[in-house]
Amino acid sequence: MTPKNIIFAIVAVGLLIIAPLGQGNYITYVLCSWLLFSIAAMGLNLTLGYAGQVSLAQASFMGIGAYITALMTLNGIHWILAMPCAVAATFFVGLVLGYPALRVQHHFLAFVTLAFNTLVFLAFRNEEWLTGGSFGLVGMPRPDFWVFSTMKQLPFYYFTLVCFLISAAAFWWIVHSPWGRAFKALRENPIRANSVGVDTRRMTLLAFAIGSAFGGLAGALMTPLVQFIEPGSFALVHSLKLLLMVVVGGAGFFFGPILGAAIVILMPEVLRFTEGYYLIIYALLVIVLMVYSPTGLMGLGGKVITRFRPQREVRKDMVQGAQL
Amino acid sequence: MPEFIQIMISGLSAGSIYALAAVGFTLLWQASQTINFAQGEFVMLPAFFVLALMSFAGFPLWLAILAAIALSVLLLGAIFKRLIVEPMISHGTLPLVIATIALGLLLKEAVKEFYSPLGQPFPSLFPQEVFVVAGASISIPDIANFIIAMGTIIALQLFLQRTRTGRCMQATAQNPDVAQILGVDVKRMVLYTFLINGALAAIASVLITPVYLAKFSNGEVLGVVAFTAAIVGGFNQIRGALVGGLVIGVVDNLSAIYFSAEYRQAVPLILLIVIILVRPQGLLGTAEGRTV
Repeated sequence: MTPKNIIFAIVAVGLLIIAPLGQGNYITYVLCSWLLFSIAAMGLNLTLGYAGQVSLAQASFMGIGAYITALMTLNGIHWILAMPCAVAATFFVGLVLGYPALRVQHHFLAFVTLAFNTLVFLAFRNEEWLTGGSFGLVGMPRPDFWVFSTMKQLPFYYFTLVCFLISAAAFWWIVHSPWGRAFKALRENPIRANSVGVDTRRMTLLAFAIGSAFGGLAGALMTPLVQFIEPGSFALVHSLKLLLMVVVGGAGFFFGPILGAAIVILMPEVLRFTEGYYLIIYALLVIVLMVYSPTGLMGLGGKVITRFRPQREVRKDMVQGAQL
Repeated sequence: MPEFIQIMISGLSAGSIYALAAVGFTLLWQASQTINFAQGEFVMLPAFFVLALMSFAGFPLWLAILAAIALSVLLLGAIFKRLIVEPMISHGTLPLVIATIALGLLLKEAVKEFYSPLGQPFPSLFPQEVFVVAGASISIPDIANFIIAMGTIIALQLFLQRTRTGRCMQATAQNPDVAQILGVDVKRMVLYTFLINGALAAIASVLITPVYLAKFSNGEVLGVVAFTAAIVGGFNQIRGALVGGLVIGVVDNLSAIYFSAEYRQAVPLILLIVIILVRPQGLLGTAEGRTV
């Protein structure tokens, strides 16, 4: 980390701390939701943006995490114990979903994960004895940490923020560790990666497992935030939404998915005056963005910067970008 | 047994319509490596063209259908290619996938906002009569749908194999560079593929919508069915997509009756996963060079 990065990180954290002050409950809720979707999108960014493995199943991992947390906390187990279970479970399910990626790639992998997401959705909807079926589960308690209760919206925001910062730090560490480089090598050229000694099999599985675990954590946070979960919140559309967050923000960039989640979650509030046309405007913007800047908003920002400061080098590992 | 025959026939009828959507999907993939995530919405939309033309312009049904097919050839074929696929084709597949997802969302929301969020009844094209053969009651729309869908696919297949243009299109799909060297107008051939996809989607739409209601969310299910059919059959073959569509239609109907209505949707998806893992080229497909 250069000093510039550290100053930037401190300013960003400071802004996140003061963001909800003086805001109503609803805005605080939206900010919480942004933070937790950022966590899920970060996970997908690891799988898709860094390791180049297409996954259309991130919402199902949020679902698995959310249901495990809900069932455990409803049975009186504290969130702090339920969350690791949710993360561990999604890690292992993600590992299993990684196996098809060893055999097939690109569009085939997209369809396997798409089918997986729908299967998980059907299980949530049909196994009423466990998941409450299409009525979902209600009344999950928010965690209470003895001196710090998250029952109110503002404390819950800070609780989510802490989880978000820990995840972001973990993510930063992963992508800047040798593993991160191995993931990128896997994306750019698997054969070459293999020949220089990267265990591509293990890295592929890990990319899925770690990415899914982030989804599980996001789900574990969603349960106490919304206090109501139902299968529809984890349907295929939401996986596509997460995919849009990652790609619109900029796949393979650290801040890409956070920016993408901000656009998907916060923009409806900004564009509230357009009423029902919000999604239409959003879809049009995504299409236009993809035409002009396939690397997303981060890539667009990069383009603008290179225009004014032409000496800036384009990141060589992003020349090719994530491919399907 | 009569029940089984009934299920088979309604399955084949639905399956032949799925095959129309799947064939279009396959054609786009072959011609331009476009994975069209909006294919479901492409099948949802033309039914609303028909409804809008009938109620606002006062067209009779048959004229409205013809006009809807023409409109979707123009909008979902030519305009889609010109405005979305063409500028993005050089960026690789992922941005295009994202753009088609966004396009699907756009079409769905536009129909919801500008037409109606509620299911609209759609006029049936054929008399709703049922006749009984060997104890099995067979409905006329089922048979008619099957005949029209199969007829369309056979006509398309003949066009691709027997005409000069069709063979040029096949050459373009197999190897655009060589086709170009041999004097094929590759761009024009790719455009034709998109036009054909628009027409196929419109025909599928007109056939399938009377079965359900015309609703903005119809595309969600139809899109997944089209991908599934295309992959199960074989991503790079028209007859693969045809077989895939029929298989999915029959499996879907059989599992609803004999397995579990709740998990009906799951069976084709499990089939999809098994096929991808065991035989990625599909039932009838030929192996493409595997890109690692």
